[in-house]
Amino acid sequence: MTGQLDLAMEAPVRGASDEAAARHTATSHLQRLEAESIHILRETVAEFRKPVMLYSIGKDSSVLLHLAMKAFHPGKPPFPLLHVDTTWKFREMIEFRDRRARELGLDLIVHTNNDGLSQGIDPFTHGSARYTDVMKTQALRQALDLHGFDAAIGGARRDEEKSRAKERVFSHRSAAHRWDPKNQRPELWSLYNTMLAPGESMRVFPLSNWTELDVWDYILLEDIPIVPLYLAAPRPVVERDGALIMVDDQRMPLLAGEEPHLRSVRFRTLGCYPLSGATISTAATLPEIVREMMASRTSERQGRMIDRDSPASMERKKAEGYF
Amino acid sequence: MSYHEAPTIAAADAPRLDQDDRPTLRFVTCGSVDDGKSTLVGRLLYDSKTLLDDQLDALASESKTAGTTGGDLDFALLVDGLQAEREQGITIDVAYRFFATKLRRFIVADTPGHAQYTRNMATGASNADLAVVLVDARKGVITQTRRHSHILSLLGIRHVVLAVNKMDLIGFDGDRFAAITAEYLTMAGQLGISQVQCIPVVAPDGDNIVAASTRMPWYTGPTVTAYLESVDVAGDVSQRPFRLPVQWVNRPHADFRGFCGRIASGTIATGETLTVQPSGLRTRVARILTPGGERDRVTAGESLTLTLIDEIDISRGDVLTAGPEPLVSDRLAAHLVWFDDEAMVAGRRYLLKCGTASTGAVITTLKHRIAIDTMAQESATTLDVNQIGYVHLNLDRPLVFEAYRDNRDMGSFILIDPISHRTAAAGMIDLSLRSATNIHWQRLTVDKSVRARLKQQRPCVLWFTGLSGSGKSTIADLVDRRLAELGRHAALLDGDNLRHGINRDLGFSNVERMENVRRVAEIAALFVDAGMIALVALISPFRSERELARQRVEAGEFIEIHVATPLAECERRDPKGLYRKARAGELKGFTGIDDPYEAPQAPEITVDTSELSTEAACERIIRYLREHDYL
Repeated sequence: MTGQLDLAMEAPVRGASDEAAARHTATSHLQRLEAESIHILRETVAEFRKPVMLYSIGKDSSVLLHLAMKAFHPGKPPFPLLHVDTTWKFREMIEFRDRRARELGLDLIVHTNNDGLSQGIDPFTHGSARYTDVMKTQALRQALDLHGFDAAIGGARRDEEKSRAKERVFSHRSAAHRWDPKNQRPELWSLYNTMLAPGESMRVFPLSNWTELDVWDYILLEDIPIVPLYLAAPRPVVERDGALIMVDDQRMPLLAGEEPHLRSVRFRTLGCYPLSGATISTAATLPEIVREMMASRTSERQGRMIDRDSPASMERKKAEGYF
Repeated sequence: MSYHEAPTIAAADAPRLDQDDRPTLRFVTCGSVDDGKSTLVGRLLYDSKTLLDDQLDALASESKTAGTTGGDLDFALLVDGLQAEREQGITIDVAYRFFATKLRRFIVADTPGHAQYTRNMATGASNADLAVVLVDARKGVITQTRRHSHILSLLGIRHVVLAVNKMDLIGFDGDRFAAITAEYLTMAGQLGISQVQCIPVVAPDGDNIVAASTRMPWYTGPTVTAYLESVDVAGDVSQRPFRLPVQWVNRPHADFRGFCGRIASGTIATGETLTVQPSGLRTRVARILTPGGERDRVTAGESLTLTLIDEIDISRGDVLTAGPEPLVSDRLAAHLVWFDDEAMVAGRRYLLKCGTASTGAVITTLKHRIAIDTMAQESATTLDVNQIGYVHLNLDRPLVFEAYRDNRDMGSFILIDPISHRTAAAGMIDLSLRSATNIHWQRLTVDKSVRARLKQQRPCVLWFTGLSGSGKSTIADLVDRRLAELGRHAALLDGDNLRHGINRDLGFSNVERMENVRRVAEIAALFVDAGMIALVALISPFRSERELARQRVEAGEFIEIHVATPLAECERRDPKGLYRKARAGELKGFTGIDDPYEAPQAPEITVDTSELSTEAACERIIRYLREHDYL
């Protein structure tokens, strides 16, 4: 008797969730991507001792976090978020980060490379290559070592860049956090080799098979909060080296002849403000962004200064432990 | 102005999101070095207008500096992503590319043709619906073509596009094309590849890629793109029996216990009856939680969380099933594609992963190897890297599975080398070698919990691991005596002593040492079944082996005790004079000297006898057992 009774009481409640379900048909493209990503997130939690989610505050991180909330519902994701703070992120990003962690009740670890900070490493005087190495790559390695994380979940996608296209979903790192692109473990079906020797770790990429457009479609469909910098608004920018750089605070030294102008701009990728090129745009809503995306003739990494340092620069940075 | 300005959009041109649900076709490209695979894929990207302005600019400048086409656009540069590849001019790893046409989205795995990288081709094929096989029109069907097609067939690929490339170099000879086509179709027939479309192409020029070639009017079939857009590859797994490998148990609080996973096949609805395998217990579905909210019915491919009306013991690796029973067995036959540089050896232990289950596995027999040129079965004792064979496997515990041809997710596995952790092989299960009924666990009336209650203890394994001379046996012996004084029932399994009895047939090679650990783990598990506390004192240097021992008993029944006495101290003590011999080179493969010891990452208990007396170490262990309700 109890079985029957329980079943009746536990029957699904009709309402808002039904509407959400109806939007996803069993064969929808985004639903398949969602199912795959959730499978990967759950594998990570089942197979590793101490995973962490790298939270970069960008749109991919927003999608990743949203998927994690779904994967472990009605519980919370059983891992903390880690943000590597270079101290040069847009102020709006930091506000957004702290608000989201608070709203969702998640454990947020913020790590800054204090050695780099005390040496006064900044993107203007030391150049983007050295700055990225010290404040991002080394900082990330410090944080992973400090907490002993054995799996770091990130939002990288294979469509982003050529060396990313060859990345595994579960990507092995040596004890020195190095990626060996010529000696990657073959990855077949949905079977992931998660074995690690002492000190080794894994980078996990649940969004491997998503494209930039998929990410925006999903944000729109699921109404996922994103940093307002993705939407066009009048912002103070200067033109430098062919890019529009937003003057986000007083630390940015202006060169002779440079004067910030208010222009309607938005960002396709977010990072450190001195290294993020803005796009002239009036797309102030998500649907407008998606339409602009679809008609776009340049890739999102075009606005990123760090990929352009040298040929194959991303591959080299990744081998050294960059995300 | 060089910075990016967003384009203005004519409303009519912009695709509408709600209409954009084009299906995705996943395909793999394969062929030999220089057949032009990367060029073909680059061309598909280029012609589908998937490339963006900055990518085209980069392509144009790289074609001049790194290209092999005399400054013309070198499409291969679009996909040959790694620096080493550009230097060597070959593709050395799988690259995944995304493009879309009006009718379909595509994910293409571009895989290397060089002989030693066959494993990457198998990798790309494992998730593909279709394969594009390239041949050079001047060479026709060669050994590599046979090898790749064989792997495609083993991996269950039924649809192949044979792209006969470089037609310009044979003067667009239609007879030559017909001859190559005939030869390939014969081979495909033998391999069970049922759907083959042969297309003559010139990849760098785009002939028959998107647009029909004007240089080969004798060819009237579809272009590569037209065929990829229209081919029907659907093999509907939702019509097969319901299978849900349990990935993870979600227990956020006392009132919720959900079983997470992605449905391998079939559909299920609330209220329907499930059988848990391999236990055979039956229950019914209470609620279905999906990413899109709560639902009544779900189907293959979806990730979900199920709650059940009964509280029964289910953990990762179990499979929730409905309809006809899956195969449950600890012995099976399978096709293997060997990946590892270290050759396959019958009798060696590997870790097998199938679905969400992991278990130790031994390849008992290599039944035959495939001679790739003739596809004949030949007898052999070993498989080298990139070789294909048919094997029998013995597993440490029963696995729930289906034949690969019936169900990819339930019939595929990988073998992992427990020491190097490399993925040693990919496997496709052919059949079970003994029926489930013979090995279904006998449910005994007097079970472990009854025995444990009688003895007023919770049975468990105390697994002492550490270097030779670290004090494992001494501490274990004292703990054994203390337990006896307390009136508890324990048994001490000492590595050295067992080598005089049950393990006396074993030597000290890696294979034999692994077997030694496996036997001890099995015996310890039997003692736990008998309600006893089993003390094991064994160097057991490899983490993966200790993990297998831990998996042999239930959660909470395995207590790993790291006797973490430093090497220098162990060597100073040298109670058996073994370190001296090892240092003198008289003893090879000695743990800590010329063989590694992998310290536990999260042992339940750590004791270091250079800091603690044997008595204090013993008391720490007894205290742990009390605090965790074992005593």
